[in-house]
Amino acid sequence: MERTVFGNILFYMGVVLIVTISIYPFYYAIITSFESGTALFKPNFFPESFSLENYKNVLSQRSFLRSFANSVFIAAVTVGFALLLAVTASYALARVTFRGRGLLLMTILGVSMFPQIAVLSGLYELINILGIYNKPWALVLSYTIFTLPFTVWVLTTFMRELPIEIEEAAIVDGATPWIVITKVFLPLLWPAMVTTGLLAFIGAWNEFLFALTFTISETERTVPVAIALLSGASSQEVPWGAIMAASVIVTIPLIILVLIFQRKIVAGLTAGGVKG
Amino acid sequence: MPTLHPSTKGKPLRRQLNLQQQRVRAAYVFLLPMLIMLLLVAAWPLFRSISFSFTDATAETLFNGQSQWVGFDNYLERRLRSNGEVRWRGVLVDADWWNAVWNTIRFSVVSVSLEAFFGLLVALVLNMEFKGRGLVRAAILIPWAIPTVVSARMWGWMLNDQFGVINYMMMGVGLIDKPIAWTASSDTAMLAVLIVDVWKTTPFMALLILAGLQMIPRDMYEAAKLDGIHPVKVFFRVTLPMIKPALMVAVIFRALDALRIFDLIYLLTPQSDATVTMSVLSYREIQQFGDYGEGSAMSTLLFVIITLFVLLYIKLGRVNLTGATR
Repeated sequence: MERTVFGNILFYMGVVLIVTISIYPFYYAIITSFESGTALFKPNFFPESFSLENYKNVLSQRSFLRSFANSVFIAAVTVGFALLLAVTASYALARVTFRGRGLLLMTILGVSMFPQIAVLSGLYELINILGIYNKPWALVLSYTIFTLPFTVWVLTTFMRELPIEIEEAAIVDGATPWIVITKVFLPLLWPAMVTTGLLAFIGAWNEFLFALTFTISETERTVPVAIALLSGASSQEVPWGAIMAASVIVTIPLIILVLIFQRKIVAGLTAGGVKG
Repeated sequence: MPTLHPSTKGKPLRRQLNLQQQRVRAAYVFLLPMLIMLLLVAAWPLFRSISFSFTDATAETLFNGQSQWVGFDNYLERRLRSNGEVRWRGVLVDADWWNAVWNTIRFSVVSVSLEAFFGLLVALVLNMEFKGRGLVRAAILIPWAIPTVVSARMWGWMLNDQFGVINYMMMGVGLIDKPIAWTASSDTAMLAVLIVDVWKTTPFMALLILAGLQMIPRDMYEAAKLDGIHPVKVFFRVTLPMIKPALMVAVIFRALDALRIFDLIYLLTPQSDATVTMSVLSYREIQQFGDYGEGSAMSTLLFVIITLFVLLYIKLGRVNLTGATR
């Protein structure tokens, strides 16, 4: 495609603008996190001072490290559990024709999109009946609401794409459906499972409403709630430096993961069409 | 749709039927664990939440069984006072509720439109071939990957009235002459929420639209070019109709997300009446005031609104979300 010089300049200005808007807020959070004292309250575009005080402050709080561990545990267990249930379910949905399949798919999609607040009070009751209020299991259970339909949906889309011949060959050899899944599909499905798992992990890692409602003590919080509730001695004194340091700590791992798996994530997002 | 077509040569029909039956039976078994789980964590809590909306349950009576069935009173109740005056109360005559409904609708319409517009622009740029395209695509994934809590705090800091860099920049170039309290002032609170939401979710929109753009065959453009058709006309006659399905799906997913928005508003503009949405109001009612009856009535209404929206959209747009019969 030929473009004029002027058009080219305009185009690259647009590109620079897109990149700047995308990364500037996080860049600014990083700069702020390295500032302390009065430097913190002086707006600037380039780093002018360097101090690790905010990081020391955040990392010396036992509760923050605990929250980080909680988040890792809860997100990992939720995703593992969802994938386990989703592999067999998506095989059934993608490869077998049965009555009510379309309706079931619609329902699964519906569940992944309905408002979390609509189940909040019912879920609160269930969690209390099960005796897991203020425990990590409460969040593992409640996160299943969105991770399970999401993983089933995306894996179903991926599994549909796999060629029929490999399955036929196995069936002719007398393989049962279980053998077909574990021996034929699972090895082919690994890339899709990594993608789906990663998106579900990000979803669980970022969740806020359930984490806020179903935990009460400082030691049971996840990272998003811990950051949201970081406050100073008075309501006037918001510890911006510490908040930015904590934000950088929880975001950096996500950004690294996203950049490494960039292509897979884009494929997963567009295949599923569902937000993680 | 791939279905099973086993070779029929030399096999009795009976055995074939059995094979299909066996597969269907296995399918049901495979679906069972997922279905049980969804019944437990989604269907049952939804049913209980809707049930609560017909009771006077509070944080105290929720578990001791002392809450009473009150019918539709949480939604609308007619009260006859001793002096003969008729008073209506309930969520449906609650000014706060309607304020939240309009806030939610306003937020959803504006944010999704802006996201579709900017998403389309970004997607068109990414669809071009240029140096560093991979880097740009990586960069736009960053806002999407950042947790909402973090983006709310990050932007809250940038939009801070006293120390915020946004006011600093705007005053620097002379756009404003005194600092604006973006998140606190009722005039700008919604704008602040919209800025953050559009920033955060445009990448998602752009990527979905980009996937649609990349499916348009190159020769369609070449044919248009040979015929000497103006690029603007090509965009409206070829590009836009071709990406319509992808755009529709992206818009409906985003709209559903916008209608239920909670965390960004709860964190960025906690007390503002100008931004409170249905989810936030319902949460306040349940968690802060312990009114499970009225709070659940609100969440049930939100659920009904979203369900109606989806049905309407599917009927009007003829969107095939399952992609099952392509």
